[in-house]
Amino acid sequence: MTDAKYDMENGDVITVPLRDPRWAALLGWLWPGAGHLYQRRYAKGMLFMICILSTFFFGLLMGRGRVVYASTRPNDFRWHYFCQLGVGLPALPALVQAYATQNGGPPWFELCRRYPAGTFTANGLREFAVIPPGATNFSGKPLIDGLMAPPAGPITLEKNDVLGMWHSELGHWFEMGTLYTMVAGLLNLLAVYDAFAGPMIITPEIRRKLEEQKKKKPESVES
Amino acid sequence: MLSVGLINLLSPLLAVSLWQARLWYAIPLVLVVSLVYGATRHERMKDIFEQSIRTAIGLVGFMSAIFVLIWLIGFWN
Repeated sequence: MTDAKYDMENGDVITVPLRDPRWAALLGWLWPGAGHLYQRRYAKGMLFMICILSTFFFGLLMGRGRVVYASTRPNDFRWHYFCQLGVGLPALPALVQAYATQNGGPPWFELCRRYPAGTFTANGLREFAVIPPGATNFSGKPLIDGLMAPPAGPITLEKNDVLGMWHSELGHWFEMGTLYTMVAGLLNLLAVYDAFAGPMIITPEIRRKLEEQKKKKPESVES
Repeated sequence: MLSVGLINLLSPLLAVSLWQARLWYAIPLVLVVSLVYGATRHERMKDIFEQSIRTAIGLVGFMSAIFVLIWLIGFWN
């Protein structure tokens, strides 16, 4: 059992029970706020949970379930996912979807299907129609959007592709959804640190040490 | 109409942001970032909320300063 103690200016002593900090950090990463609930810091745990998860899911909703996905393909290196991964479990289905679709397989939790109009193949897509799941009046191999799945088909800079369709259909919501989910992931990293090491309270002792360091710096330059 | 015209005169950037309401997306983000940052700096809820208010004011002030800077640079062209 580990505790963090802070001696405040008015004489109060704040003791923060960290229990096992490593477990708290892991739980806090897996589910925002869970680490703090494990430490019985219920108010902060609920605050982190509500703030971070609402931001993440609001962003996911804005992006219609498409802004969180894992991809390292040519022309589609989704570096944003490394930030979104900070949220933990809610972002992990993207890895499952990336594995499921890596060789052109269908994703789990299908959102919609895109069929080429006319005689174009899926690789030469220029016209498309978005049909709800289960429709039978189109033929040809569809490109399937899945929840947290990478955009189907090749991503090119010259031709229309599914990622381009997402940007076209969602407009600024794609970028906003990406931003919200990334911010949620990065904020959870702060929450994980708080669960591991306690809050970053500036106590009088820490303030005194910082002031001593500031005073020492000009002397070290002169010597 | 007069106020819209005045805003357009002052800054196309501000006009576009307000008209298309994209600036409002910043409000929940500022709120959430302030609360989470405040919670990482304190343990008591009263201190957390006080820190959050200070952080939110700081964030909005910083964003406003950058906006003014970009607006002034716009006159350079």
